[in-house]
Amino acid sequence: MDPLLAPTGLQIAWFALIALLFGVYFVLEGFDFGVQMNVGTLARDDHERHTLLSTIHPVWDGNQVWIITGAAAIFAAFPEWYATLFSGFYPVLLLLLFSLIVRVVAFTYRDARPGDAWRRAWDGIHVATGFLPPFLWGIVLGDVVAGVEIDQNRWVVTSAAGLLQPFALLAGVVLVLLFWLHGSHYLTLKLQGDLRERARRRARLLMLPALLGGAALLLWYQLAYSHQSWTWAPLLVAALALVGTLLAQRGRREGLTLVGTGVAILAAAATLFGGLFPYVMPSTGLEGTGLTVAGSSSTPHTLTIMLVVTCILVPVILVYQSWAYWVFRHRLNEDGSTRATVKPLAARLAEGHRRAFEAE
Amino acid sequence: MEALDLARWQFGITTVYHFLFVPLTIGLSLLVAVMQTFSVFAKDPDRKDAWTRMTKFFGSLLVLNFAIGIATGIVQEFQFGLNWSEYARYVGDVFGAPLALEGLIAFFLESVFLGLWIFGWNKLPEKIHLLTIWAVALGTTCSAYFIVAANSFMQHPVGATLNPETGRAELDSLWAVLTNVTTLAAFPHVIAGAWLVAAAFVTGIASWHMVKHHRAADDVGRDTEEGSRQHELARGLYRPTVRFGVLAMVLAAIALVVSGDQQAQIMFKQQPMKMASAEALCETETGASFSILTVGGPDAFAQDCSSITHLIEVPYVTSFLATHTFDATLQGVDELNAQAQEEFGSTVTDIHGNQVTAEYRPNLFVTYWSFRLMMGLAAFSGVVALWALWATRKGRTTGSRAFQWFTVLAIPMPFFANSAGWVFTEMGRQPWVVHPNPDDPTVRLMTLQGVSSHPAGWVVASLIAFTLVYGVLAVVWFLLIRRTALQGAPLPHRDPDTGQLDTPMLSFDY
Ligand code: HDD
Ligand code: HEM
Ligand code: HEM
Repeated sequence: MDPLLAPTGLQIAWFALIALLFGVYFVLEGFDFGVQMNVGTLARDDHERHTLLSTIHPVWDGNQVWIITGAAAIFAAFPEWYATLFSGFYPVLLLLLFSLIVRVVAFTYRDARPGDAWRRAWDGIHVATGFLPPFLWGIVLGDVVAGVEIDQNRWVVTSAAGLLQPFALLAGVVLVLLFWLHGSHYLTLKLQGDLRERARRRARLLMLPALLGGAALLLWYQLAYSHQSWTWAPLLVAALALVGTLLAQRGRREGLTLVGTGVAILAAAATLFGGLFPYVMPSTGLEGTGLTVAGSSSTPHTLTIMLVVTCILVPVILVYQSWAYWVFRHRLNEDGSTRATVKPLAARLAEGHRRAFEAE
Repeated sequence: MEALDLARWQFGITTVYHFLFVPLTIGLSLLVAVMQTFSVFAKDPDRKDAWTRMTKFFGSLLVLNFAIGIATGIVQEFQFGLNWSEYARYVGDVFGAPLALEGLIAFFLESVFLGLWIFGWNKLPEKIHLLTIWAVALGTTCSAYFIVAANSFMQHPVGATLNPETGRAELDSLWAVLTNVTTLAAFPHVIAGAWLVAAAFVTGIASWHMVKHHRAADDVGRDTEEGSRQHELARGLYRPTVRFGVLAMVLAAIALVVSGDQQAQIMFKQQPMKMASAEALCETETGASFSILTVGGPDAFAQDCSSITHLIEVPYVTSFLATHTFDATLQGVDELNAQAQEEFGSTVTDIHGNQVTAEYRPNLFVTYWSFRLMMGLAAFSGVVALWALWATRKGRTTGSRAFQWFTVLAIPMPFFANSAGWVFTEMGRQPWVVHPNPDDPTVRLMTLQGVSSHPAGWVVASLIAFTLVYGVLAVVWFLLIRRTALQGAPLPHRDPDTGQLDTPMLSFDY
């Protein structure tokens, strides 16, 4: 067998780890994107928009670091993949970067000064940068798994328009739908009162499109592009998770709905990445120009060290990140105020010192 | 312009931009952590109030700055692939590791704990909350360490060998990469530079308010109620912060000079061409002097050394900087260039397989002036430190407008000094993107061999887009920082029922 198609255990472990980093990113940052998408249409006034954003404000940055680490991990473990992917998808990735840039500052700058126009502008940016990155990530992922044309130098030669192949576009739409649903579930869990009701209705509305879109995407992938037959298994898990979510929605089990979409997203990532194996970037061009797990990795020495380090550090990160979620576990208030319900004292304090502040 | 030049401009602009904000984040997260520590452990309730207010005041500014640092940092993470794909292939086995470590160790720490710190006021126990800001400070400092280690590998590759079969550098020892002498010298210098930025920032803003309240007290008379309140703000709230900032400034300056001196010695050994370029020294010289002013336009600097005139010179200083002896012989740029031509060839193969002539001299105009700007701009901080110490001696405050404006004017100077330092470091090692290690020059790569093969049009478009987006963001950042800084420290509020102290911070709440 072609040695390029027979990776070592170490290389496989790294490939799986990178799939995992992406998967966790999609699950965690997925609901952040989803909440942002809802800012435009779920909230009715400034106060409510602020409340929606407050549900993710303390945690979104930690979620985002999963992809920053994911990108660095590709660089460290599969430099050729990093080089070909990031240079080859130049226009798409730049657009993605620009939307991530303004998105990051939107979180902080929205409330950094008063003014209706100011806030509305940033809210608009929140909505746009809630939709855009998932869509663009979908395109990137879709193009990677479906393949683009790569030449002998390992440079992508597919044109910018060629990157918008139908499968990639569908992947973009599906990621948007899934994250939107996921974020709505997150909101039902973090809010109270009418806003929570609206989030629940939103989630119901999105359930079927997400389910059908997801099924179409994964089936298309499995039948047309996947290099593995075992990925039917995660595909089935994704499907079952979504059906389970639908039932959990009926039964008003808010925690379960969030878990449901989370599992579905993870399983979809497993399907896509799993079916990519033993390639990391299949080529639609000449035979043998595709990048493989075996042929684009770092040396065993680097892979070993980094694997050990990563396996020590990731559990530590998971511990303190979980602790942060625990600290901010409370639902936000019914009246749209953003004070945690457990601390009415804090709410009174807030009023008081805001007045004191304005007096100066 | 070629795609290569455009890519270099894009890298330079985006990286200098990122590093405009990063030093403030690194330095200020530490200073805010120290302020909060003062407030947590203060016995005197007034001091406690004062430091709490300062923590929140500068904390708000820190948060505003953090956002833009993160936003521009994401770009950095993708850059090496976007525009420098051939570089990424060449060094990925070595260079990716510190970047991944930075993510795993530094970025998770700072981002998770920053969220906990901002939204954890009154939610977490006081001391745990204090630990969260220390975690942020630790994270930002670690981030600098790993990225400097990555950069130092490009300045002075160690712990790696060239695999002749693949033509790629391969990692021998991660430990060697992380303990590169270049890293050990550059890290303290970069951190000290960051402290200077933050210290000047704190001093400038606190001085401005101190003078403002001092003058307000004088206007209404200190014996009136309002006058004594204003005076107390100047004396009790802002004066200690000014002194604190000055102390940080002095410590940072000492660390900068000591570590900078260290770097110069190392640079002379590792990159003699950069040292010679720093002085625009064309001919080899013994007991080389250090010129303060040199004339000749950029063209004169760039190629034909003969038309440069050193106007003001301090004898022996350059030799001393390089070796700590006065009579050391420094090779000039021309001789070094000839040597490099011999060792590395007079032509090189670019990414498309074409032979192009190799030129080993960096842009002398840029290296010469950026080196001087880096050192010279710090003089502002020196003046501020002395002036502030004098003006606030023995419990005094001052109402001097000149002092007020000068300290504010001095705020941006260390920012520019940092940029100048990086421009010098990076431009001074051109044409190399991975500068050969004199002990084993096999691992090396020229910048023109590292670039991605994009059509120039794409890079033009992205360069314009970056410049526009970053330009707008800079304006927004500046206006928000200015607004928040002008508002001054938020008033504390004591809950009448519980006696619990609270002070607002921006309008963040959860
Ligand atoms: C506030 C900022 C600041 C100030 C006042 C100074 N520096 Fe600096 N310098 C930097 C900020 C900086 C920097 C931006 O942090 C650099 C760029 C790369 C690095 O390692 O640090 C730097 C680089 C740098 C280098 C290049 C190292 C290399 O490329 O290998 C040398 C030789 C010095 N410095 C020396 C000095 C000396 C002798 C100084 C004063 C007496 C000095 N610096 C003041
Ligand atoms: C944050 C501080 C930094 C600044 C201000 C800075 C600035 C610059 C500038 C101005 C250039 C352009 C040089 C030229 O055009 O001749 C450059 C080149 C480069 N720097 Fe840095 N740099 C910084 C840090 C780093 C770090 C940490 C790395 C690596 C991790 C790095 C890697 C590179 C690379 C790959 C190039 C090659 C591209 C080129 O030469 O134009 N830089 N940098
Ligand atoms: C060119 C190489 C560089 C890369 C790839 C890079 C990457 C990044 C990334 C991805 C972030 C965002 C992290 C987050 O989301 O929390 C970031 C922020 C940061 N970077 Fe950079 N960076 C580079 C240069 C530097 C340098 C030279 C320093 C310091 C000496 C530095 C220090 C920091 C710090 C302290 C932060 C966090 C604070 C802030 O965002 O302001 N970086 N960087």
